[in-house]
Amino acid sequence: MTYIKPLPEADKWSGPFFEGAREGKLLAQQCNSSKRFFFPPSPVSPVTRDGNWSWVELSGKGTISSFVVMHQKYFGGFGDEVPYPVIEVELEEGVRLLSSIVELGERELVVGMPVEVVFDKVTEEVTLPKFRPAA
Amino acid sequence: MILGSEMLDWNYRDKACIVGVGSTDYGVFPETDAVGLGVSALKAAVDDAGISFDDIDGVILNRLPYDRFAEVSNLNTPYLQSTPAHGRFSAIALMMAAEAIASGAATTIALVYGNDGRSAAMKYGGDPNFWAPWGFTSPGASHAMMFRRHMAQFGTTSEDLAHIAVAFRDHATKNPAAVMKKPITVEDHQNSRFICDPLHLLDYCLINDGGVAWIMTTPERAKDMKKKPVYVSSFARQDDFSQNSLPPNDYWYPALKKVESQVYERAGISRNDIDGLMIYDNFSPTVLFALEGMGFCKQGEGGQFVRDGMLQLGKGRWPTNTSGGHLSESYMQGWALIVEGVRQLRGEVPAERQIKDAKALQFILATAVAGSIIIRNDA
Repeated sequence: MTYIKPLPEADKWSGPFFEGAREGKLLAQQCNSSKRFFFPPSPVSPVTRDGNWSWVELSGKGTISSFVVMHQKYFGGFGDEVPYPVIEVELEEGVRLLSSIVELGERELVVGMPVEVVFDKVTEEVTLPKFRPAA
Repeated sequence: MILGSEMLDWNYRDKACIVGVGSTDYGVFPETDAVGLGVSALKAAVDDAGISFDDIDGVILNRLPYDRFAEVSNLNTPYLQSTPAHGRFSAIALMMAAEAIASGAATTIALVYGNDGRSAAMKYGGDPNFWAPWGFTSPGASHAMMFRRHMAQFGTTSEDLAHIAVAFRDHATKNPAAVMKKPITVEDHQNSRFICDPLHLLDYCLINDGGVAWIMTTPERAKDMKKKPVYVSSFARQDDFSQNSLPPNDYWYPALKKVESQVYERAGISRNDIDGLMIYDNFSPTVLFALEGMGFCKQGEGGQFVRDGMLQLGKGRWPTNTSGGHLSESYMQGWALIVEGVRQLRGEVPAERQIKDAKALQFILATAVAGSIIIRNDA
């Protein structure tokens, strides 16, 4: 079946994030000097304003810091799924991501719920990090 | 990071005035375009000020192609600025004009906004973005995400937002220009469909076509003009784009506190001298963030603060968005709120909508450009 949802438009900065996901790793950039993580992928560290940063694998563990339920059809590919939730996850390393929750309905979502990353291979080329309630 | 709020000399108090305002109808006007709407509004503002186009020596535009606008309006000045389409530029444009006038870069500036978003079927969602693969899109969803956090952190509820929507709609019933004039109740708000839970339809602004224009000039020139000038008594701004790719987790509170620490002192008045508010209400939660950040209540208490008609004309201490605002008049991205403020300070609105003895009004924006402007009818 054809995958019709929006696919990532990997650019030169976000490419490694999606490559990592394909290998089952959740990556983010870390400033080498301040050790601060930052996201989405960027050309320079916001602390030192230079390219002295590294891609580092995250624990994949965090909590739901907020969530919404999308009722409006904006993307054709999500049209059949409305209403569907989008969660905001605050990872242990301090990075926040917007993502999808699996193995849980939106009525059971609560802010503060511990979650862990899972990897959803949506096409041959693309794997998306998503989250499930932590074991 | 936000720099400290030490007081530097600030030399812009009452150095510029708004002397003319104009607006088109708001609605669906496929027979024209943004430039046509902008020029119509400017013509109304020029008439309102009692000046001619030849008196204009500066132009600041928002959401309009500057070159085409200059061609069509036949305005060729030594000072032309064009600003991006975000609504925050309503405040920025006003500040730029005040600075240009105070510095002598221009003496009489036309500020013009034109929007054909309704006819152009602007969706404000569904464009490619980093989070699209997970189905996230739209400014409304970003505000919904912030508001859910606020609910969890402070116990705020959707019903709190209803009181904002109800107050603004009540004002719109007294404004013939408002697009939505049918009274609503808290129950109507709660029963309106979700666009992005926790936000309902009645938490969203109204996308329409329309044009708005202001004329600003020096206090000296203002004295000779047709109407009583409205003084730009102070303005303050603090940007915070550090969470621009995510729904900010702080409601821009630190940036707004910085603005609060400057805007009253710069005007030489206190919060108690403010007779009414104009708050940038793209989505109803922004009103709470603005009130909390500007110190009208403690952080987290905005929901309680807006209950029982605090923002409502004839009921509350601080009538807010007396035109109906973006939620009920039309989403003119801050521009029409300033028009309403000027008309209030001139005493030009229908009596049932007039803020009694209005002398000072405050415009507040809770966005990545946190900003506030105080306008008065006496220097």
